[in-house]
Amino acid sequence: MEIIETLLNGMSIGSTYAMIALGYTMVYGIAKMLNFAHGDVIMVGGYMLFITMASALSNPIIGLIFAVVVCMILGITIEKIAYKPLRGASPLAVLITAIGVSYLLQSTAQMIFGSAPKMVILLDLGNIEFGGLKVPVYTLITLGCSVVIMLVLSLFVKYTKTGRAMIAVSEDKGAAQLMGINVNGIITITFAIGSALAAFAGFFMLLKSPSLSNTLGAMPGIKAFTAAVIGGIGSIPGAMLGGLLMGVVEAISFKIPVIAPYTDAIEFLILIVILLVRPSGILGRKRREKV
Amino acid sequence: MANMFAKIKWKHFINYIVVAIAMIVFGVMSLTGALSSSTVYLLEKIAIAIILAVSLSVVVGFLGELSLGHAGFMCIGAYLGGKASLLLEPVMGDGFLTLIVSMIVGGAIAALCGAVIGLPALRLKGDYLAIVTLAFGEIVRSIFMNTKKESFGGSLGLETPRYDKDILFIIAFVFVLITLAVLQNLIRSKHGRAITSIRDNEIASKATGINVTKYKLIVFTISSFFAGIAGVLYSFSNYTVQSSKFSYNYSIEILVMVVLGGMGSINGSIIAATLITFLDVKLQTILTGDLAVLQDLFYALVLIILVIYNNAPALKGFRETHNLKVLLDRFRKHSPADRKDDEAKWDRVPTKISMDEVLSVDLQPQTTYTPDKPKKEGK
Repeated sequence: MEIIETLLNGMSIGSTYAMIALGYTMVYGIAKMLNFAHGDVIMVGGYMLFITMASALSNPIIGLIFAVVVCMILGITIEKIAYKPLRGASPLAVLITAIGVSYLLQSTAQMIFGSAPKMVILLDLGNIEFGGLKVPVYTLITLGCSVVIMLVLSLFVKYTKTGRAMIAVSEDKGAAQLMGINVNGIITITFAIGSALAAFAGFFMLLKSPSLSNTLGAMPGIKAFTAAVIGGIGSIPGAMLGGLLMGVVEAISFKIPVIAPYTDAIEFLILIVILLVRPSGILGRKRREKV
Repeated sequence: MANMFAKIKWKHFINYIVVAIAMIVFGVMSLTGALSSSTVYLLEKIAIAIILAVSLSVVVGFLGELSLGHAGFMCIGAYLGGKASLLLEPVMGDGFLTLIVSMIVGGAIAALCGAVIGLPALRLKGDYLAIVTLAFGEIVRSIFMNTKKESFGGSLGLETPRYDKDILFIIAFVFVLITLAVLQNLIRSKHGRAITSIRDNEIASKATGINVTKYKLIVFTISSFFAGIAGVLYSFSNYTVQSSKFSYNYSIEILVMVVLGGMGSINGSIIAATLITFLDVKLQTILTGDLAVLQDLFYALVLIILVIYNNAPALKGFRETHNLKVLLDRFRKHSPADRKDDEAKWDRVPTKISMDEVLSVDLQPQTTYTPDKPKKEGK
C-alpha cells in the first residue's frame, strides 16, 4: 500500500515537473535557447496567487486565471526585451542573459514581497481513504489537471495551424519562414504557452506545500530542465515522461532514510549520467552538427 | 640595456606590476600597523575574488564555454583544504608550511574533480555543459552539507584555524600573481591560440588538427585548480566554511565579474572583481535587510544590459561608434594623421572574426566584381 501511495505522490510531483519541463522543451525546440528564467516565472505565478488570495476575491480559480494571464504577459515581455535582440548572437550570450533575467525576477520579487516566506493556503482538501489507501486530494487534482492539460497541448500542437507552424519552426526556422510562417509570432506564442504552463505548475506546487518565497521556482526549474533533458529536449512526450520519471525517483528517494538528504544530488547525478550516455535523451532525436 | 627594455611589451606586464605594487604598498602599511582589520579582510576577499574571476574568465571568455559550477570547485577547495589544515596543524604547527600543503591539497583535489567531471562532460557543450556544471556544483554542496559533524562539520560548517591575520592577504596576493602568470602565459602561448580558436569556431579548429577535447580538459582542470586555491584561501580567511555560501548564486556572482570586466579580458576581470567585492563589502553595512537585494537587482540589470549591448546583432553599428575605445581616442589629443596607416589598422588584433565578416570584406555592393565589363569609351 505504501508503495502505491509513494508512486502516486511521485506521479503528482512528476506531473508538476512535466508541466514546467514542457515550457523548457517547447522554448528550446523553437527558439533553440535554454530559458533559465522559466523557473522564476513559476515564482511570479505563485506571488500572483498570493495577491489574489490576500485580496477580497480570495478564490483560487480566479487566482489561477490571474496568474496565468500575468505569466503569459511576463513571458512575452521577457522574450521581446531580453531574448529577441540577441537572436542570431552566440548561444553563450543568450544563456548569460537568461541567467540575468532569472536573477532579476528573483531579486525584484524579493524587493517587492520581502524575503520572508509567505503562506498561501489555496484549498484545504484533506485526504481520501480508498480501500486502505490514503491519498491526499491535491495529488489527484494535480494528476487529473496535468493529464488534461497535456492532452490539450498535444492536440493543439498536432491539429491546429499554429501548432503545426510550431513544429515547422522547430524543424527548420529558415524553411518555415519561406513557407510564410511568422517565425517571430510563433516564438512569442511558444513563450506565452510555456509561461501559462509555468503558472499552472506554480498553482500545483502551492497546493502541495503553501510556503512561497522568491526562490520557489529555482530548484524545480532546474529539476524540470533535467526532466526535459532526460526525455529528450524538444520532444513534448519526452518532457512528460522525463517529468514523471523525476517525480517518481524523488518520491522514492525521499522514502529511503539513508539517501533522503541526497535526493537533489541523486537527481542531478541522473542528469549527468543521461547526458553522458544518451545526450539526446530517451525520446529525443539525434542532431548532427553541420558546418 | 635601454634597447632591451624597449623590447619588453609593457602592456603584457601592467597587471602584474599593478598587483605587485598594491601588494607591497598594503603590505608595508599593514606591517606599520596602518591598516584596520576590516581593510585586511577586504583585501583578502578581493584577492580571492580576483583568482576566481580570472580563472573563470579563461573558461568563459577564452574557451567560450559557460561553467556554472565554479563555486562548487571552490567549495571542494575550501572544505578539503580546511580539513587538511586541521589535520596538519598538530603535526606541522599553524605556520606557513601547513598553509602551503593544504593549498596544494585543496587545489589538487579541486583540479582532479575538474578533470573527472570534465573528461566526460566536455563532450557536451553550450547549454548542456552549463547545466552539468551547475548540477555538479549543487551535488558537491549537498554532499558537504549532509556530512557528519566530525568529518566536515555538516550543516553548521567546518571550523578552520584562521591563519595569521596580517600576512594572509600578502600570501593571497602572491597567489593572485601566480594565477595571473600561469593563466596569461597559457593564453598567450600556442595553446592559448588553440583555445581561442575553439571559442571562435570549434569545427574549423577541429579541422585544423586541434585536439578540442584535450584543450577543453586542460582549461577546465587549470581553472578548477585555481578555484580550489581560492577556496582554501577563503577557508583561511573565514573562521568557518559553510556550504550554503557556495550556492549557484555565488557562481553567478563570479560570472557577473567576468561579464562586467569584458569577456576575454583578464585585466577587465581583475578590475571588475575588485570593484564588485569592494562594493559588496562596503554596501553590506549600508544596505541591510531587504534593501540588500538592490545589489542583486543591480547585478542582474548590468548582466542583461551588458550582454545585449555587446552581442546584439542589431546594435553592431552603434557599438562601433559608441565604445570605450572611441571615447578614449576623443580624449587623446592626437590627430589620426600622426599614426601610420598600417598601425591604425593593426593596433588591435582582431580576436573574434565571424565568418560572414570575413566573406563580406571583398564583396561590397558598390565594388561588385564583374568580369569583362565593357568600358564605355568614346564621346
